[in-house]
Amino acid sequence: MIFIGVPLIIGATGRWDFYFTLTSVALLAIASAGVWLTFYIGRINIGQGAFALIGAYVSAILVVKAGWSFWISLPAAGLFAALVAILIGLPILRLRGVYFAMITLVLTQVVTLTALALPITNGARGISNIPLPSGISVFGIPILPDFAAMENTKLAFYYTACVIMILTYAALYRLVNSRLGHLCRSMQQNEELASSIGVNISYIRIVIFAISSFFGGLGGAMFGSIAQSVYPSSFQVADSVNFMLNCFLGGLGYVFGPMLGTLVLYFGWDLLFEFGKYQMLIYSTILIIIIRFLPNGLLSIRFGKGGDK
Amino acid sequence: MWPGAFPRKKTNMEQILANGVYLGAQYAMIALGLTLIFALMNVLNFAHGQMYVIGGFVTYTFYGQWGVPFVLALVMSCVTLAILGALIERFLFAPVIKGSAREESTMLLAAGIAFFLDAVILLVFGEKQRGVPKIVDGVFNYDFRLIMPYDRILICILAILSIVAFIGLMQYTKTGRALRALAQDRTAAQLMGVNVDRYSMIGFALGAMLAGLVGGLLVTITGVNLGMGGATSIKAFMMVMIGGAGVISGAIWGGIILGFMEAIGLALLYQYGDITYLLIFVSLMIFLAIRPQGLMGKPWG
Repeated sequence: MIFIGVPLIIGATGRWDFYFTLTSVALLAIASAGVWLTFYIGRINIGQGAFALIGAYVSAILVVKAGWSFWISLPAAGLFAALVAILIGLPILRLRGVYFAMITLVLTQVVTLTALALPITNGARGISNIPLPSGISVFGIPILPDFAAMENTKLAFYYTACVIMILTYAALYRLVNSRLGHLCRSMQQNEELASSIGVNISYIRIVIFAISSFFGGLGGAMFGSIAQSVYPSSFQVADSVNFMLNCFLGGLGYVFGPMLGTLVLYFGWDLLFEFGKYQMLIYSTILIIIIRFLPNGLLSIRFGKGGDK
Repeated sequence: MWPGAFPRKKTNMEQILANGVYLGAQYAMIALGLTLIFALMNVLNFAHGQMYVIGGFVTYTFYGQWGVPFVLALVMSCVTLAILGALIERFLFAPVIKGSAREESTMLLAAGIAFFLDAVILLVFGEKQRGVPKIVDGVFNYDFRLIMPYDRILICILAILSIVAFIGLMQYTKTGRALRALAQDRTAAQLMGVNVDRYSMIGFALGAMLAGLVGGLLVTITGVNLGMGGATSIKAFMMVMIGGAGVISGAIWGGIILGFMEAIGLALLYQYGDITYLLIFVSLMIFLAIRPQGLMGKPWG
């Protein structure tokens, strides 16, 4: 449906700009999936913007300065974000509740400032003119076409983003229903108890945080490639907060919650564009009303009240 | 991050310390409001910075545009924010806390309110930087070693007085006792006959009022603009983390420590620009790794 139905509808209505919107939704949903996963071990992560920015920069630097192919830089960006997450996660994952939320929020600010200060990131000017992804061919057989040679790069990016999003959510679904997922649920409920029955909690939370940051880096790198530029302001504190909002709004109890939340929030924001300067006012009013009457998310899957405090 | 917080020039120790006291006093006031709301309701108020900005704009409108005396304009800032805070608590936070399965839903609500207030500020006041005429002219100059404009000294004294008044309120009045009881144990306070709903509202209004007051005070020096809200919230979060969430003495210490770190850092590293903030963030992370609950906090508040 995503691959055939949506292009047909867009073709029929003639709203080609929806491709860009939906591509953004797919990419933001990837990053939001990471936030959701950190919530799965009972941590509120408002730092995904940091990892998205790291991913975007790593991919941009590898493509522009080192001349790598975009398709290799994409996993490299994710892995680098995961590595950073392991280093940072070692101290800060000991924090809980609002403390973790606040420190991850600060982390976003740290990465923005670092991007401004480091020479390799070009400071406030950022990295622009990133070339479009080139083609891939194995033994002379083309697997992916060169994006620059295509007539409709929007459609190409849309398909790419959707494929990555589906892979992400498939991985997430698999993870949640695996042994690791059960261990995560036990940690979400009570870390001490989980630890006392032999769950290696410090190991699991690092692994989960790394995976979630991998998603963040992936989404960010793809975003940089579509915009063909990265700036320190590409992902800011507000974006980190938005990633969290996507998860909360979709409902935290369901794997596909962040996907729905992203779709509703970003699409809603885009549709309200016609209201001009009242866009923000209407958007936030609707947001507040939704939370006021559906405090447990759109999917409203109820949690047991005895969860973590 | 905070445009025009104080001039960047070659400074000596007396100047740095004076700047530290000045910054610390205002920061402590911002952190106090945030920590009060957190202690009472376990709500991380993302909209705190926006409330600060609104306070600044109210004073700007009354004092800068309509020529009302400064003190009266400050009172108007306080009243506006107190009413706003009370309404937000009564009609948004209280029902959501009751209806939600998880406490974290309030974060979503707070973020929504932050967006909403940003939108309101943009529509009502626009996005331009606004400033008001100086309240006192002249510069205090001690042998060219310590230079401080009189208005900053006045604002600093007013901020310290407000903090003292706030502590007095919390320690020696019936309201303060009720609020402290509520922060300590909600259920127990209710069983002892504290009207929990009413005092939650009062507490939230008080926290919002502090944000409005400091916004009104600082508009005379730094001016006010739309973009300040988010940055202020982040600073307030940092102070609260340094001192420990939900502890009043912690908020004051956090404000003073951050103020001094900024004053010293900006004086020593002024040629490197934002590197000061980077260093502060990094040292905060190391500090929290060693002492996750902050200076004064109880573990896992």
